[in-house]
Amino acid sequence: MNKTPEQINQDLLRPIYHATWRFYVTAAVLAALVAAALFAWGYQMYYGLGVSGLNRPVFWAVYITNFVFWIGISHAGTLISAILRVCNAGWRRPVTRCAEAITVFSLSIAGLFPLIHLGRPWLFFWLIPYPSERGIWPQFRSPLLWDFFAINTYLIGSVTFLLLPSFPDFALIRDRASGWRKKVYGIISLGWRGTPKQWHRLEMAMRIMAVAIIPVAVSVHTIVSWDFAMAPVPGWHSTIFGPYFVAGAIFSGIAALIVAMALLRKLLHLEEYLRPIHFDNLGKLLLVMSLLWFYFVFAERLTTWYGNFPGEMSVFWATQVGSFGPLFWTMVFCNFIIPAPILAIKSLRNKIGWTVAASIPIIIGMWLERFLIIVPSLSYKYLPYNFGTYRPSWVEIIITIGTFAAIGLLYLIFSRVFPIISIWELKLGLPKKEEAPELAQQEAAAGQAQVG
Amino acid sequence: MGHRWGMVIDEDRCTGCEACVAACHAENNIATVGDDEAARGRALHWIRVERYYEGDFPDIRVKYRPVLCQQCSDAPCEPVCPTYASYQNNEGLNAQIYNRCIGTRYCANACPYMVRFFNFYNPVWDKPLDLQFNPDVSLRSVGIMEKCTFCIQRIKAAEINAKAEKRPLKDGEFNPACVQSCPAGAMIFGDLNDPESRVSRLSKSNRGTTFLEELGTHPKVVYLKRDTWHDEQNA
Repeated sequence: MNKTPEQINQDLLRPIYHATWRFYVTAAVLAALVAAALFAWGYQMYYGLGVSGLNRPVFWAVYITNFVFWIGISHAGTLISAILRVCNAGWRRPVTRCAEAITVFSLSIAGLFPLIHLGRPWLFFWLIPYPSERGIWPQFRSPLLWDFFAINTYLIGSVTFLLLPSFPDFALIRDRASGWRKKVYGIISLGWRGTPKQWHRLEMAMRIMAVAIIPVAVSVHTIVSWDFAMAPVPGWHSTIFGPYFVAGAIFSGIAALIVAMALLRKLLHLEEYLRPIHFDNLGKLLLVMSLLWFYFVFAERLTTWYGNFPGEMSVFWATQVGSFGPLFWTMVFCNFIIPAPILAIKSLRNKIGWTVAASIPIIIGMWLERFLIIVPSLSYKYLPYNFGTYRPSWVEIIITIGTFAAIGLLYLIFSRVFPIISIWELKLGLPKKEEAPELAQQEAAAGQAQVG
Repeated sequence: MGHRWGMVIDEDRCTGCEACVAACHAENNIATVGDDEAARGRALHWIRVERYYEGDFPDIRVKYRPVLCQQCSDAPCEPVCPTYASYQNNEGLNAQIYNRCIGTRYCANACPYMVRFFNFYNPVWDKPLDLQFNPDVSLRSVGIMEKCTFCIQRIKAAEINAKAEKRPLKDGEFNPACVQSCPAGAMIFGDLNDPESRVSRLSKSNRGTTFLEELGTHPKVVYLKRDTWHDEQNA
């Protein structure tokens, strides 16, 4: 890349100063969808969960599907970014920030779904082990409680991981701005002046966070999988669920990241920063995850079929050839048959359009996967007398659409408040430039900190 | 030794009349959800009579199996409840604390017997059912789980009476509503810890089985299989 640091500043800070009418129109549409979802949620709270399509035996459905799906997407960012940082992969620099933002927003939205699905959501705080005068504690044996802690830990960790390397960039905006921007960015840059001591501490903190966040991310999705695997429900009670969910999460996460990057590239004119090489590298990761996903699905189905346990076989046949068969085979097409060949062929993989074309089916397929884990197992649970089926209601559909819109809206706002690519990290990757002495100095300090 | 309440259900005697279902509704203030909701699979019945067919047409025999909460000793519903609304009391009952329930519905998913019920709406009663509430049983609100309790209100009342009269509780002194109303006498309730009680003698019958035994939930409801000599006589 032949850019001077000043050009980088101008390119990457442009979205913060200039908004087009397209931004306002998109934001307004997304905000309207979010408002519709909020209305639907209020409607559901007022009348009760009866307004959803849930019934006996399908007590969990789209809300929990969305929950698991968004937790999965959240693994795009922090986990990938942490791994790439730990491996010191140079090509990661333009990718990490927009990946970490995906984590924070999708995790926040994912955390809403268990609340949306509660029968009495206003009492959710009973999950918190607060000291009450009645001496009642939550049930620590419940996977839902583990979930509560896991998600909160991951959310706090991810927000920290996103904010830590942002302070130098906030400070950069503060130094170049005047008026209200100077004030606001002055506050959120927390007194960053770029002294060697500060750089040193930032580097240390990032190194610790990058290593610490990896086990947190793995544990979060393992615990989400245990929500299912701990219950003696046919199709759920499986040891493979932990790794299967983690692999699936990274899989859908990378796909979401590729789509987000392609959108950012077009909308914010970052063609020179997010280059085909990034899509190519992420495409390779995506191919590995696709193969791994197929392996896990195959292993899970084979052991179920071979074991021939009566309670599980009704679920097995329902998903393979029965009423859920079309969804199952759509999922296999979306997650393996379409993307794997595209990503395996180098001449296709290093074209951005093709990696996006491989990623979009994966996002759909991974949503279907979560749906197919939850609903068929509950529909065909043990006693044929109680078999049932499920169809989502308009409330569930609107809330689902609304949360997709909410992610889009949050991301849109984020891309206008934060530099979407970490500017100082990008500059660290540049060869030294003599024409920008103050920045060269900064880089040198950072470089020293990195060495030391 | 404390009580350990259990039940024996004799499939040989059950005629599938559903008197137990009606009695349970009346005793426990169970809401009537109406036709539409029932068609959507949201009917509330703490006890139901499952009907199975045996044999091929035209040699079909119908089998009825009343299913209520099996009061498992190792209940899958209990550890999964994040708020402790679902717990086992010291008499072996799978109790449900209605006002502690926040409606995660995890217990209902974990229960293999499908005997836990969710209030999708605030409960309603067709007139004049709203005039005959049992004052000993709370009305459940929207958004929470409810289930069979072996008529815990009757258990507690009998225990309090016996204590007031300073005597031990006698077997057969009281019964849950379903047992009381069964015209065929197919259901027998009592203390499994009392070796002399009818229920503990019958539960050791070689006709005895527990429901979905392979799951290791150790239910306190024992089903007596149908006697085969009966079938041979009819054949």
